[in-house]
Amino acid sequence: MRVESMHFKARATKAVADGALQAKLTAARGLFVEGRRRAVEQVDFEALREAGAAIRQRTLDHLDLWLERFEREATRRGAEVLWAKDGDEICRLVVELAKRHGVTKAIKSKSMLSEEAGLNAALEAAGVQPVETDLGEYILQINDNEPPSHIIAPVIHKTKEEVAALFERVHQTPRKTEIAEMTREARERLRPHFLSAEMGISGGNFLVAETGSVALVTNEGNGRMVTTLPKLHVVITGIEKVIPTLEDLATLMRLLPRSATGQTISNYFSVLTGTRGGGESDGAVHRVFILVDNGRVGLIGSEFQDMLRCIRCGACMNHCPVYQTVGGHSYGWVYPGPMGSVLTPLFVGLENALDLPQAATLCNQCGVVCPVKIPLPDLLRKLRQKQTERGLRPWRERAALRMWAWLAVHPRWYALTAALIARSLKLLAGRRGRIRHLPLMNGWSAGRDLPASQGRTFRELYATRDGGTGSSP
Amino acid sequence: MNSRTDILGRMRAQLGRTTENGAAGERDIDAYLTARPRGPLAAMEGDLVACFEAASLALNSSVERLGTVDVVPAAVARYLTARQLSLAAAIWPRLAHLAWAASGMAVDARAANGDDLVGITGVFCAVAETGTLLLCGAPDAPATVSLLPETHIAIVDSTRIVTDMEAAWTLLRKEMSELPSTVNFISGPSRTGDIEQTLVLGAHGPYRVHILIVEDA
Repeated sequence: MRVESMHFKARATKAVADGALQAKLTAARGLFVEGRRRAVEQVDFEALREAGAAIRQRTLDHLDLWLERFEREATRRGAEVLWAKDGDEICRLVVELAKRHGVTKAIKSKSMLSEEAGLNAALEAAGVQPVETDLGEYILQINDNEPPSHIIAPVIHKTKEEVAALFERVHQTPRKTEIAEMTREARERLRPHFLSAEMGISGGNFLVAETGSVALVTNEGNGRMVTTLPKLHVVITGIEKVIPTLEDLATLMRLLPRSATGQTISNYFSVLTGTRGGGESDGAVHRVFILVDNGRVGLIGSEFQDMLRCIRCGACMNHCPVYQTVGGHSYGWVYPGPMGSVLTPLFVGLENALDLPQAATLCNQCGVVCPVKIPLPDLLRKLRQKQTERGLRPWRERAALRMWAWLAVHPRWYALTAALIARSLKLLAGRRGRIRHLPLMNGWSAGRDLPASQGRTFRELYATRDGGTGSSP
Repeated sequence: MNSRTDILGRMRAQLGRTTENGAAGERDIDAYLTARPRGPLAAMEGDLVACFEAASLALNSSVERLGTVDVVPAAVARYLTARQLSLAAAIWPRLAHLAWAASGMAVDARAANGDDLVGITGVFCAVAETGTLLLCGAPDAPATVSLLPETHIAIVDSTRIVTDMEAAWTLLRKEMSELPSTVNFISGPSRTGDIEQTLVLGAHGPYRVHILIVEDA
C-alpha cells in the first residue's frame, strides 16, 4: 500500500470538516467504547492484561528460538514455512505459489500484512483474481480498492446508503434499504467464490509454537471458509505473532475480543495445524506459512520493542480522541490511531510520516485500554524525540525553540520579551478580548480564538503582590 | 543469503544471541512448554450445564435439553418443522447410526457442499464460560458441515461441557495423541457488524445455531 502519511494535516482538516464522517465516528465511538467497558467488567481484566503482556514479552525476548520451535513443529505436521523480508517478497512468494498450484482465483480473509504488501495488485498483475471476503474489505475492494479506515471495522466511514448505492452499481441489483439485505446480497455474491477458489489467503492472529498452529479469529465465518475450502491455504503473518502454548492462546482470547468489539468471544476461532489428515474430506491439503519481517526485526531489542506485543485489537484507536476526530484515512497507511502513529514511522521511515507522532494528545487513553500494556504515549514521545534529534521538525518550530532556549537563560531579555508579547496580544485583541488570527501561528488560530492576555506578565503581577514584597526580576 | 538466514541473523544480532544464552534460552523454553502455566481464569459459579446454556443463549444460539440420545432425531425434525426449514441435512458420518429416517429426516452422511441447508454435527466438547462449541475435524466429522449450511444443529453430551478453553485443551491433550489439523471454536451464528456497526446474523456461515444438550448420551 502506498504511504500517504505525509498528507496527514490536509486529510485531517478535510475529515474534521466532513459532517457525515463526524456523525459516523461519534456513533462508532459510543458502541466500541461502551461495548468494551461492559465486557471487561466480567473478568479480572487488569490481571489478564498483566498476563497477556507477559506472554507476548516472553516470546519477544527469545524470538529467534521461539520461531525455530514454531517452524520445526509446523513442518513436522506437514506445513511449509517460508520467510519474507518485505512486501515485495510476500508478493513474489504468493504469486509463485499460485503459479505452482495453477491458481486462477484466491479468496482472502482479512490480512493487514497483505495490505502492507499491496498483494492484491501483485496477484492481479499475475493473472490471479483476489477476492476479499470480509464484508467490510469486500465493500472496499469493489469500491475501486479503497483503503480501510479501521483495522477491525474497515468501512466504519461509510453509511448504509453509500453501501446500498455501491451494491446497486456494482452488482446491478435493485437498491436495498436494510443492512440485513445487503449482508445477504454480499453472502450470495461471495459464496460461489468460496466454492471455486483454488487458494485461500489469511492473516493469523497468533502462531502457537508448541503445536505449529495458526489461530484465526473471525465473526463472519469467512476465515473458516478461506482456510477450509481451497486445497491451498497461505498464512501471511508478522514474525512477532508467535506465542508459546495453547494455554497462552486461551488467556489472549479473553483479552482480544473484549478489547476489539466488546465480545466475550468471537464467533469463530480456528486453530489450524499442518495439513488435512488421512481420510479427511475437507481442510487444506497444502498449508504454507509466510513469516514476514517488513520492518519488524529492526524493533527487536530496541526502545520500540514493546510495540511488537500488539495484538491488533483496535482498542487504542477506538479510545483515541484524535482518531475519533480525524478518522482512519487521515493516517495515510495501513494502521491508524495510536498504534498506527507508532508503527507507520517505524515501518516506512520517520521522514515519511512526520505528523503522526504529533497526532496525539498523549492523554494515555490508549495506554490504559491496551490489552498487552504497550506504553503507547511513551513510544510516541520517543518518536518525537527522534524527530528532533534528526532535525526533522519544521524550521519555524526549531527556530522558535532555539529562541526560547536562549531567552530562558537570559532572565532580563525574557522579562522584556514577555512584557512585549503580553502587551501586543492585548492590543491585537482590542475590545473583543479575543484574538481571531495569530500572526505566524494561523494554523493554530484557524480553528479557535485565543483569549487575550491582560497586558501584564506574571512577574509584573507577582511584583505588585502584598505591596511589592515579591522578589523583583 | 536467503531471507530466513537474513531475518534470523539480524534478529540474533539485535538480541545479542550467543551460544551460552542460546542454550539457556532453549532450557527456558523447554521448561515453559512442560509447565504450560494457565493465566487468570474467569470465575465460574453454579452448574456447568446451566452456565453453558445461558452463555449460548446470550450469543443468539438456541438450546434444547434432551434426556437421551435416541430422541435426538425427533427433536431435530421438530425444530426444523416448526421453522419451516428443510428436513434434508448433511450430517457427520459419526452420527449416521441414529434413527433419522424414522423421524422423517433425509440425512446424507458426508461433508457439506454449498447447497446443503441444514448441517448436523456433534462436538468434541463445549465450553461453559463462553457458550462455545469445540469441533475437531476428522474423517467422520467434516468441518464443512458446521459451516456451509444456513442452519447448524449441534448435539452436545452434557458430560462433555467443560468450564473454559483451558479445560478444553486439557481434555484434548488427554484424549488425542496430537492436535487435530482443524480445531474450530464456534460461538453462535455467524455475524457481522461491518455496516454501521449494526449486528446482522448470518454473514457467511449459519444464520442459526441450535444446540441439543443430551443428559444421558
